[in-house]
Amino acid sequence: MSELTRARVLELIREPEAVFWVFVFPILMAGLLGVAFRSRAPEALPVAVVAGEHAEARAAALSAGADVAPRILSAPDARLALTRGQVLLIVSNDEVPSYGYDPTNGESRAARLAVDAALQRAAGRDDAFNAGMAAITAPGTRYVDFLVPGLLGMNLMGTGMWGVGFSLVSARNGNLLKRLIAAPARRSHILAAQLTSRVILLIPEAGALLLFAHFALGVPIQGSLLLLIGVSLLGALTFTGIGLLTAARPRTIEGVSGIMNVVMIPMWTFSGIFFSTERFPAGMQPFIQVLPLTALNDTLRAVMLEGAGLAPLLPDLALLTTWGIVSFVLALKLFRWQ
Amino acid sequence: MSPSPPALRCRGLIKRYAEVTAVDGLDLEVRAGECFGMLGPNGAGKTTTVEIFEGLRIPDAGEVEVLGDWWRGDGYSLRTRLGIQLQETKFPEKLRVHEVVRLFRSLYPRGLSVDEVMDRVGLQGKANAQVRTLSGGQKQRLSLGCALAGDPELLFLDEPTTGLDPQSRRQTWDIVDELKGRGRTVLLTTHYMEEAERLCDRVAVVDHGKIIASGTPRDLISSLGAEHVIAFSIDGPGAASVDASTFLDLPSVEKVAREEGGWRLTVREVHRAVPALLAALAERDAAPTRLTTHHATLEDVFMELTGRTLRDD
Repeated sequence: MSELTRARVLELIREPEAVFWVFVFPILMAGLLGVAFRSRAPEALPVAVVAGEHAEARAAALSAGADVAPRILSAPDARLALTRGQVLLIVSNDEVPSYGYDPTNGESRAARLAVDAALQRAAGRDDAFNAGMAAITAPGTRYVDFLVPGLLGMNLMGTGMWGVGFSLVSARNGNLLKRLIAAPARRSHILAAQLTSRVILLIPEAGALLLFAHFALGVPIQGSLLLLIGVSLLGALTFTGIGLLTAARPRTIEGVSGIMNVVMIPMWTFSGIFFSTERFPAGMQPFIQVLPLTALNDTLRAVMLEGAGLAPLLPDLALLTTWGIVSFVLALKLFRWQ
Repeated sequence: MSPSPPALRCRGLIKRYAEVTAVDGLDLEVRAGECFGMLGPNGAGKTTTVEIFEGLRIPDAGEVEVLGDWWRGDGYSLRTRLGIQLQETKFPEKLRVHEVVRLFRSLYPRGLSVDEVMDRVGLQGKANAQVRTLSGGQKQRLSLGCALAGDPELLFLDEPTTGLDPQSRRQTWDIVDELKGRGRTVLLTTHYMEEAERLCDRVAVVDHGKIIASGTPRDLISSLGAEHVIAFSIDGPGAASVDASTFLDLPSVEKVAREEGGWRLTVREVHRAVPALLAALAERDAAPTRLTTHHATLEDVFMELTGRTLRDD
């Protein structure tokens, strides 16, 4: 079996597209998305004050604090600016001001509170006390910190499945599988070599992404590195096993692509790569929690961002293991060798 | 002295697919150390039969005994004694020649070294080349090399030179000759009669899933009753009136057959038949537009048995 593995590894590393998708793409994604969603220093909330007799005074009152950045605009201009998202709120020109804003937008709501407080104080309201303020920023709370474990999970799924799927279907069509089983090659070894070759390539693959994320982007690795490697390994094996199952029957590249899409698209959508699984309604959670990528992403996040130990991860790891073993056994049973 | 047991034996082999009976009651026996050919056109059932021998297909009926053993379970122990070359195997494009050979060699408990294999098939110079840079002939020789890697007692070659240029074909024949020289048993399938005549000690002629004749190439040709063939077409005012009876009585003519565009005479002596033929045609006011003679081949045997040619091109 070591020869089967060796041959498979050589095949994989000589594919230039494979090198791109496995190494470059996740790093690119992490870098670009990290930049797009970077935490910015808090900016003053832009608001519009409709021009008129009260405008100057109100704009002055709003400029006093650092929270709000007012500008004076005509009523139609103010409406346009609100529609375009250039301002978050419109202060009307009436004797008692009224606020036009979008109550579903968090920043718009914050603008309303800040504007109302500033204008009330200017009109004479007294604060009952001066509360103290301390800024707390914990590591691991940025969007990019949330994203990187998800990208790692997505990558482990992708390379586990695409790599296996296409190459096995081509090998089937080219009579190579038939040739191997005509020779004294054990069928379980042929499939297992796919798993072992994936494990070997995991080290540079996950390593590259994690090194980049940790050193270039400052993503923390709070928990044990060994545990992180172990979880990644389990994830890679599980998804390679699932890949073997998807590639077990199809005779065409189109066929196997179709099956892989049916398997992966739900997980890309629901398994919490780009945003938390909690955004989906409660009724969907049982389905989401049973998906292998959800389990993998959750455990990767737990180890990297929360420093979790092995014990709390066991249920998810058991789920992953079950997916992997059942897929491998079914694949061996159902596999079409010619 | 009792003869050594046959390398391969089958009886009453039947294999059906949907409406087609690919193998229709086939018996054969391959002796140890011989090169045995299955000769027949495409679709005759040769590949299906060989795949049953190779343990890749299960027959609907019949028994198969290979090297004194039967196919059961995964057949691992039997496979270590066989070498199998399939038609059109595509090796991974980016692996190098020596890596492919090494992979196949590793599957056998005993065999030749990777260098020996590459030597035997003439690929030493290409050891480091990637599979995708090889020509068709070189790929086929690689395929043959992988079948030889375990130094098998019985070698199966399925259409070993189909699609190859003449030079590659000859190189493959030389490799098989060398194997024969070392006493290995070879079973090959082909639809090229030159290949069967050149390489095989005995040949079974296969058509529609049955063996319609078998024996040494020489015996099969002798069964025609005469060893030369004259093929010709005719033209002229009297051409339409010519029929088989015109030729049957000519000296030395054994058989007469109509074929597309002309006639085919199987004769014992060309130097007596041809002049008589030309005279007979002149008498009838017809003249040959084309006339060739050749020594009878297995193609002629096949045509005699089935009325069709081996090739479908």
